[in-house]
Amino acid sequence: MKEKSKTLLVMDAEAIGKAIRRIAHEIVERNSDIARLVVAGIPTRGVEVARRLVDHIEEIEGVRPDFGVVDVSMHRDDLATRGRPTAVVPSELPFDLDDRPLVLVDDVLFTGRSCRAAMDAVSSFGRPSRIQYAVLVDRGHRELPIRADYVGKNLPTTREEKIRVRFENLDTVPDSVSVVKPEAS
Amino acid sequence: MNAWTRKDLLGLDELSPAEIRHILETARAFKGVGERSLKKVPALRGKTLINFFVEPSTRTLTSFELAALRLSADVVNLSVGASSLQKGETLKDTALNLQALRADIIVLRHSSAGAARFLADRLESSIINAGDGAHEHPTQGLLDVFTILEKREKIEGLHVAIVGDILFSRVARSNIYALVKLGAKVTLVGPTTLVPKVFEKLGVRVAHKLDDVLETADVINLLRIQHERQRKEYFPGLGEYVSLFGLTKARAARLKPDCLIMHPGPINRGVEIDSDVADGLHSVILEQVTNGLAVRMAVLYLCAGGAGLPS
Amino acid sequence: MSILHITNGRIIDPANKRDEIADLWIADGVIVEKSAIRNPQSAIETIDASGLVVAPGLIDSHVHFREPGQAYKETIASGSRAAAAGGFTSVVCMPNTSPVADNAGTITLIREKARASACVNVFTTGAITKGLAGEELAPYGAMIGAGIVAITDDGHCVQNHGVMRRAVEYARMFDLTVLDHCQDYSLVGGGIMHEGEWSLRLGLPGWPRAGEEMIVARNILLAELCDSPIHCQHISSGGSVRLLREARARGVKISGEVCPHHIALTDDSLQTFDSNYKMNPPLRTYRDIDAIIQGLADGTLDILCSDHAPHAFYEKEVELDQAPFGITGLESEFALFCDILLHKKKALTLNRIIEMFTVNPAKLLSLDRGTLSVGAPGDVTLVDPDLEWTFDKQKSESLSRNTPFHGARLKGRAVRTIVAGETVWAV
Repeated sequence: MKEKSKTLLVMDAEAIGKAIRRIAHEIVERNSDIARLVVAGIPTRGVEVARRLVDHIEEIEGVRPDFGVVDVSMHRDDLATRGRPTAVVPSELPFDLDDRPLVLVDDVLFTGRSCRAAMDAVSSFGRPSRIQYAVLVDRGHRELPIRADYVGKNLPTTREEKIRVRFENLDTVPDSVSVVKPEAS
Repeated sequence: MNAWTRKDLLGLDELSPAEIRHILETARAFKGVGERSLKKVPALRGKTLINFFVEPSTRTLTSFELAALRLSADVVNLSVGASSLQKGETLKDTALNLQALRADIIVLRHSSAGAARFLADRLESSIINAGDGAHEHPTQGLLDVFTILEKREKIEGLHVAIVGDILFSRVARSNIYALVKLGAKVTLVGPTTLVPKVFEKLGVRVAHKLDDVLETADVINLLRIQHERQRKEYFPGLGEYVSLFGLTKARAARLKPDCLIMHPGPINRGVEIDSDVADGLHSVILEQVTNGLAVRMAVLYLCAGGAGLPS
Repeated sequence: MSILHITNGRIIDPANKRDEIADLWIADGVIVEKSAIRNPQSAIETIDASGLVVAPGLIDSHVHFREPGQAYKETIASGSRAAAAGGFTSVVCMPNTSPVADNAGTITLIREKARASACVNVFTTGAITKGLAGEELAPYGAMIGAGIVAITDDGHCVQNHGVMRRAVEYARMFDLTVLDHCQDYSLVGGGIMHEGEWSLRLGLPGWPRAGEEMIVARNILLAELCDSPIHCQHISSGGSVRLLREARARGVKISGEVCPHHIALTDDSLQTFDSNYKMNPPLRTYRDIDAIIQGLADGTLDILCSDHAPHAFYEKEVELDQAPFGITGLESEFALFCDILLHKKKALTLNRIIEMFTVNPAKLLSLDRGTLSVGAPGDVTLVDPDLEWTFDKQKSESLSRNTPFHGARLKGRAVRTIVAGETVWAV
């Protein structure tokens, strides 16, 4: 790569762990019937955040919420403009969603389009009683009237910056969230 | 890294094993859509797909149409009867007209080998080959492999027998290319006139006795056999064919207990396959049809995304 | 008296077994001795041929000009310009025009057109059978009167052996050469490419070697039976070469010719379904190429030609099985043969290549050409056997562009074409 960039660590493994634990507590506070709760991640790293949330909620409450995966790629409406399709992974919501609370989980909230696509996808499986939204990082720049119910860290960014989330069990590097700034040329 | 960068799907011979696996993976995701209460996703919303069938077909056409509808594409079917090809317009001119109508995807069924490639080289629209002469029928090959993969962990090492009129079969060719690339052992079975020895250059074995493969086959794929005018010089008749190559009850009894029986349809009951065997436990024939939908959704999704890209 | 003086060239005249640096004199369109030039002062055109080969005007004994009937593909005028650009001073046209050249009237029309518009010598052939239908003999006597040099049903093949036998027997009465396109219809059927691995891969109907060999064998037997010569056109199969070699060794009057594409390309070229690789007989395999080159080297095959078959772009721009067979060839063939046979394979000397383009076809067709003997027509081709160049079909003189050799880097080229002492084309 010729293009130079600068990477700035904004959350280390400990900060990420704390943030996810805090969100888990908030979810428990705001949802009375954990046994009926569904926590569904948006691929790829939202699934990992969701999986960790489920573990923490079980630790806190002694009850394990149902865990799912919501593919958004085939529900996006911008295939034509983005050009290449993102890899599609199977959605895994193998249970009745009707009248159950659902928490959608993603790693980074940016334009809000993934969230919209995820809600669209969820609606083709059933009709949850309520959909909440949890993200590890909110970096701003919304293009839709969408906001997260649970935020690990608010991170003001410029549009040109990239947020890079890494998890040790997926990426074989320590858990981290960093901002990648393109170097002015 | 993107595993799919093509605008067209013309055949499986030209795909890498990784590309084939990527389509199959994508199809696995799309199969779930058909099992939801709402069987529709917006992925191809605003895209126009034309099923351009210059050779009659009902099942492939229906499958592509339904696949496109489930992806929210706008679909038009243009079949041979309505086509201007019969008025002397060339394939290229007709296709250019479809492109001028802003067709994003053209699904082509044609009796000439290479017809899909011919259009793909000349048009910006994505071309999906739905069968070109005796050349390839890639989505059928993919759905057959997909169906096997649902029942077995991997293709590698499986013994797949393809039985029947291989010489004239595009289904056989697409199956051969995909299966060989994914590491299966493939045996082609049929009369010497329809299964020439030269096929072995494609990395398969050629056999002329069905009985020799019954006990070792993990999959038997039976092709539709016909005895129309042009086949009369290739074999004497259906009666003799059944006695030599028909999957009769007696032959089916010798199969491995978990052998899969496949057929691209439409079935000639009592000819290439005994009626009870077609409906029996080994048979995955209807699952092939269901999977065809998922595979075609995946192919349309991938090629629509690849279209119009700087290469 | 108009005089052309070609100086310092290497004269290669296989008919006279001549290969030396010398001058060549042409006076009023005829090759002469220097001593015959009575008035050396009068209008002498001098061409310095230093470093070049001076060959008898090349003859392409197998071309398709599309007049009458399909002048949009090629006229006699455009075809003859393409011939000149390829180094040819003479061409022999096949009779599958529209109408078919199976009668004196059509032949006369073609001859008159050629006289009026061609810049090289255009010889014509007549059909073996009326309408190329393989059933009734065409009127050879009348067609000879109109000027044909041979008969052939090229593009078609007489399937009925009895009919072919009578044709050969009847032609012998006139010493008329019989050329045959060797294709057994029942074996070839709708075949459009060599039957083998690639036809199986591509799902295209196969055209087996045996489809050609069957008729080559038939022709050998008929040539024996009738004790009369038959020339087998555009040999594509190694098996045909073997049959011809064996028959010629026994003294049978059988011969064969070779087109450049059959030694330059193989059947796998069709994997892109490009109709510029579709020809009849089809491209075959390296095995066949080796056998054909061996046949040329040992003299089994002794004529080189193009089978120049122009087709309009839109006609080739269709599904492969619906596209017409054939490619253009006049402007690339000599270079291809030099490139392959002389330089790459080192199978033939330049002298033998020239022989197969001059004296051999002239003998086969009883043409008064193909040599630089004193008294012969002043047809000369200047050749640079080592010139490296790139064939560009867009610069072609032909009306058609259906060639697979566009962009080919070639070594060897005809650089000047002289017909009856007049330069009709030069690089």
